[in-house]
Amino acid sequence: MIGLSHYLIVSAALLSLGILGLLTRRNAVNVLMSIELILNSANVNLVAFSRFGAGNLDGQVFAVFVIVVAAAEVAVALAIVLTMYRLRRTPNLDDADILRG
Amino acid sequence: MTAADYVFWVFATATVVSGAVVVFARSLIYSAFALLFTFFGVAGLYVLLGADFLAATQLLIYVGGILVLLLFGVMLTHRIYDLKLRTEKTQLGPGLIVAAGIFIIFANAALITEWPTVGREPAPTTKEIGRLFLGEYLLAFEAASVLLLVALIGAAMIVRRKKDA
Repeated sequence: MIGLSHYLIVSAALLSLGILGLLTRRNAVNVLMSIELILNSANVNLVAFSRFGAGNLDGQVFAVFVIVVAAAEVAVALAIVLTMYRLRRTPNLDDADILRG
Repeated sequence: MTAADYVFWVFATATVVSGAVVVFARSLIYSAFALLFTFFGVAGLYVLLGADFLAATQLLIYVGGILVLLLFGVMLTHRIYDLKLRTEKTQLGPGLIVAAGIFIIFANAALITEWPTVGREPAPTTKEIGRLFLGEYLLAFEAASVLLLVALIGAAMIVRRKKDA
């Protein structure tokens, strides 16, 4: 029988994959993809607790807000990446050191 | 195992494996397409959890919006024809240690805790979610709409050419 812990483990796997990508990839767009993985894992947790634990829909409402914030975040972050590419001709995060003294 | 259990394992495997491809793929385009399957897998998990509205939202916003936006980001920040869409990986060893540690801690916590097994039976959720949005969570709903407007204007302002500023 599939219970809450199965969903929590899938979500933990997604979270650690996202953190791994965040730590190891150097490309800005790839780092954004890893952030999407992390947000999705949080959403799976919220919906699973809404189904098995709380007995109401507050978790799903919160998941919708997470999706809204993720959309806004990706739009602004991609705008920043595009501006960085225009200035530096590279999407590599290690080269974004204009502010270094 | 019932049929629903098999479907869960299919979606869980698809989600985790394509999530791994997102992280480990050599080419950015492969990562983006693996992300597509991850989003589909998560939408399938939502369906199994009885969240029909959220599954549709996931497909519409993530697959239809965020993924397309990310693909635009890939194509605008690389010369697509020079086949050098490789991305470097650094610090793979320490990163693997940290990620594996986090996974072991969370998976252990999920396994040894006594979770409730009852909860809400699957039922159509759209009406109830709409009622919550315009009732209990009205302030957060309005704040989210302002946030989206600010993000729209901010993104347009950041990428505009500075000649006529």
